[in-house]
Amino acid sequence: MTTTAVRPKSRRLTPRWRDYGRPRELLVRYLLLLLVLGLTVGPLIWQLLASLKGTGEDVFGANASLLPHHPTLHAYREVFSQVPVVTYIRNSLIVVLLSVGSQLLFSTTAGYMLSKPAWKGRRAVWILLIASMMFPFESIMVSLFLSIRDLGLVDSVVGVWLPGFVGAINVLLMRGAFLAVPREIEDSGMLDGASEWQRFRYLYLPSAWGAIMVVTINTFISAWDDFLWPLIVLRSEDHMTLTLGLSRLQSSSFGYDQRVVMAGSVISVIPVLVLFVITQRWFYKGVSAGAVKL
Amino acid sequence: MVATQTAKPVTVPGAEAVASAPGASRIRKLARAVLPGPAPGANGASLYRRWWLPWLWTAPAIVCAAVFGVFPFLNTLLLSFTNAKPLGGAASFVGFSNYTRMLGDSDFWLATRNSVLYAVIVVPLMVLLPLLLAVLVEKNLPGIGFFRSAFYTPVLASSVVVGLSWQWLLADDGLVNTWLEKAHLIRSAIPFLSDSWLILLSAMGLTLWKGLGWYMVFYLAALGNVPKELHEAASMDGAGAARRFWHITVPGVRQAMMLVGTLTGIGSLRVFTEIYMLGSSTGGPGGADRTLPFYIRDVGLDPITGNAGYGSAVSVALFVLTLGLTLLAQRLTKEDES
Repeated sequence: MTTTAVRPKSRRLTPRWRDYGRPRELLVRYLLLLLVLGLTVGPLIWQLLASLKGTGEDVFGANASLLPHHPTLHAYREVFSQVPVVTYIRNSLIVVLLSVGSQLLFSTTAGYMLSKPAWKGRRAVWILLIASMMFPFESIMVSLFLSIRDLGLVDSVVGVWLPGFVGAINVLLMRGAFLAVPREIEDSGMLDGASEWQRFRYLYLPSAWGAIMVVTINTFISAWDDFLWPLIVLRSEDHMTLTLGLSRLQSSSFGYDQRVVMAGSVISVIPVLVLFVITQRWFYKGVSAGAVKL
Repeated sequence: MVATQTAKPVTVPGAEAVASAPGASRIRKLARAVLPGPAPGANGASLYRRWWLPWLWTAPAIVCAAVFGVFPFLNTLLLSFTNAKPLGGAASFVGFSNYTRMLGDSDFWLATRNSVLYAVIVVPLMVLLPLLLAVLVEKNLPGIGFFRSAFYTPVLASSVVVGLSWQWLLADDGLVNTWLEKAHLIRSAIPFLSDSWLILLSAMGLTLWKGLGWYMVFYLAALGNVPKELHEAASMDGAGAARRFWHITVPGVRQAMMLVGTLTGIGSLRVFTEIYMLGSSTGGPGGADRTLPFYIRDVGLDPITGNAGYGSAVSVALFVLTLGLTLLAQRLTKEDES
């Protein structure tokens, strides 16, 4: 082919720099990458650095430096003593664990049944699920709040969790994953006389590992980062989630030390960051799966 | 072809599907012979001896979709004709008065304007910027994995944390103003957080900044489907990077762009936290920056002054707007395909 003559490539296994393109083009690429890096991660890094500053150092203003001169964990000790962060974290964790647990259990079972061809009413269930995804949360939140009120769940962690205990989007996602499981697996299971639950548990679940991770990650992040619904449902400090508690630190008239608020922010990002590092490759799948949301 | 094929970094879940093996139909025939009852997959016939089994398995999903999805919408329609209070008490039907009140409510129109403006400004940028970013990180260079992950981190932080960080960056004595003053570009601080227009623009910036990484990954998957040969042929013909971007990359990911446009359009109508964090809990000075969700919460859910009936009427307006946008996007996509 003609391109062979124009762009010869080295046969070495480890590529050399010049294999990646012309030096000038490479330089421009890396400069752009560094620029975007500063713009995207910069504010978060700045937050981290500011949280490490001592009380004697300015966070703002003309005299503020970027790097802390005397790094200290003072603000982190303060955030735990001044603010009920432990309570906030506990509440957030309860919501996350309830959400992940219920989403996983119910989206896999429902997705599994919907991937089976032979039962009446399957289509009706399908239409119901699609219909439930049509309404943006913000346009039904008034009515949702009234339901939660009637159930006596205002100002409770359960009230935060309940409306999203299994998402239609996750059911559709799991159904897709189960449909992709080859038929031979099913047939061999039938011959062995396995029960429905056994087939589900031992033949299908292990084959849908990727989709299960996607559901877990998406649920974890949306439950951990959610703000508007907890803001509506929760009232008392004892029941607040971490994002809600943090937002109140800023707007409260106490005028908390900024270093302390930043320390709180850093603490709230850590769990998601850890999850991201562990499960990176499924993370990206989750994004493509998000396209199904329409 | 000697050109190194970049490995597709993203696969769609379920793509690991294995094509059915040739022996499959024989096994199925065998199964039909051995098993009592109708063949699996026979039209309409139930595979299950206990007919309620499938319903048991799907019950939680059915309940959740019905009770917390479809019912709240129907209830919102109903509530919009009442004067229900968020904390309970007697409610009575008030006919169309919530809707007539809404049409004459300047705050409602202000919120609608803000939401629509949000979509009009954010959508084109959110369609284009992440695509440029995806093109930048597409090539497999040393360390590119680090950059891809780093660009994704703003997606992970909650809007509250990101909002806090931006609040301090944009404050009168914050980092941005300090640097601009040091560089002698401005004399006095830019009131990012006290001027209603600047608050709205800053919030849009925040939305964009937080969404960049997400849609970048989205586009990376789409870019994997654009044939590399086209780029090579074009560069041999002397087409520069900009021309190749407009004439090869953009047409190649057109469908993905339409989808991103639709998703971000719907997302723009749902904006709440950005305004809450940058414009304080009032939604900007005098509530001038409130979006529709913000306004729904203010008028519908305030424990003392709230009117769930009126809030529901505004919710219906938000739904109609979202639906209109979705239909418009569908139409545009269809026209685009034909």
